[in-house]
Amino acid sequence: MKRNVLIVITGAIVAVMALALVKLGNPQNMGICIACFLRDTAGGLGLHRAAVVQYIRPEIIGLVLGAFITSVFTKEYRSLGGSSTFTRFVLGFFVMIGLLVFLGCPLRMILRIAAGDLNAVVGLVGLIAGVLIGIVFLRRGFSLGRAVPQNKSGGYFFPLLMLGLLVLLLAKPAYIFFSTEGPGSMHAPVAIALAAGLIFGILAQRTRLCLIGGIRDFVIFGDLYLLYGFLAILVTALVGSLALGSFHLGLQGQPIAHSDGLWNFLGMALGGFGSTLLGGCPLRQLVSASEGNSDSAVTVLGLLAGAAFAHNFGLAASAKGVTAAGQIAVLIGFAVIILVGFLNIKGVSVRQGVSASGSQGC
Amino acid sequence: MEVKDARGLLCPEPVLITKKEIERLGKGTFQVLVDTVAARDNITRLAKSKKWEISAQPRGDEFLLTLKK
Repeated sequence: MKRNVLIVITGAIVAVMALALVKLGNPQNMGICIACFLRDTAGGLGLHRAAVVQYIRPEIIGLVLGAFITSVFTKEYRSLGGSSTFTRFVLGFFVMIGLLVFLGCPLRMILRIAAGDLNAVVGLVGLIAGVLIGIVFLRRGFSLGRAVPQNKSGGYFFPLLMLGLLVLLLAKPAYIFFSTEGPGSMHAPVAIALAAGLIFGILAQRTRLCLIGGIRDFVIFGDLYLLYGFLAILVTALVGSLALGSFHLGLQGQPIAHSDGLWNFLGMALGGFGSTLLGGCPLRQLVSASEGNSDSAVTVLGLLAGAAFAHNFGLAASAKGVTAAGQIAVLIGFAVIILVGFLNIKGVSVRQGVSASGSQGC
Repeated sequence: MEVKDARGLLCPEPVLITKKEIERLGKGTFQVLVDTVAARDNITRLAKSKKWEISAQPRGDEFLLTLKK
């Protein structure tokens, strides 16, 4: 019961922070969006050249550092790796393509719904469909195999990478890109965004907030725990949007969104399907990477690479709609993830009767 | 006693393994070995919802969970 209270409080705090970040400069309905912010970060590093979405987002840096510090403090930090690492990179890549065709991660989707954007409701239906397909594979024994303990330092590089990004953000060297127009130019002050990220990281690590996991656990186990968190985000953000006058019900003219229903559905379905096979949404991958899981760290690199490709090759959607190339990329993504699904059924046979003294490794 | 090894597996696999064992046995005792707090907590929630008694015993970086009904 206490845990449920914590995740509801977390959801409420996340929603309030998201609304506050928009007030302080972040793009509309994008107080916090893991997919968008990874995409902006990829742009800030020059990995893609879409001039309107280039900014190293401090929220991501704060989130990772907050989750890392918390996991060290609670002794949950574990340097693990070796569970189909490159397959996870590929899944992360196509998850990002799907999310950028929809224009947002599951978290932004909820924030968009709370602001009256009905396109995001279509996205939610797509996400649920994607998770359900993923569950079919999980029930048939899909597994990416075991991660095994790694050298303890292995998990430190991911938070170190974020410290490096923070240095680049603050030092602003000439080779780092900062959008001067478009969503990338819209941001809250660095210190506030970083602090919000830190708080989010601590809470996300403690609660394991994840919408993909929420839908999955409800369908498989009837467990509502993770969904409570997202319900709290939805309700709090809805009340906040109404109070702030930023609630606009409808399909057309929504901020940083398009109204192509089919591709909102399919983009989010691809994201949900891939994330279910990965064990969690981009937020959860970031937190898991911060806790020392190098497979998740590689998944985040896959997300970054997906974002870079999405913008270098015109796959990402925009307010104008979804490009033909983006549609093809989503279909290729489905083909690849279905293939990954079939090829990894019964990928791991659970060992029976392991000695209870517990030998390390596999 | 039978020990299910769910180490190194990400969610929801440790919970799925436990759920299968609960359904296979109906009642009795078995153990699950996990290596993350997330898996320990998730299995604990599952066990309680299925009305199984559960105790968690730390073993270095791992946890040995004993389930009884």
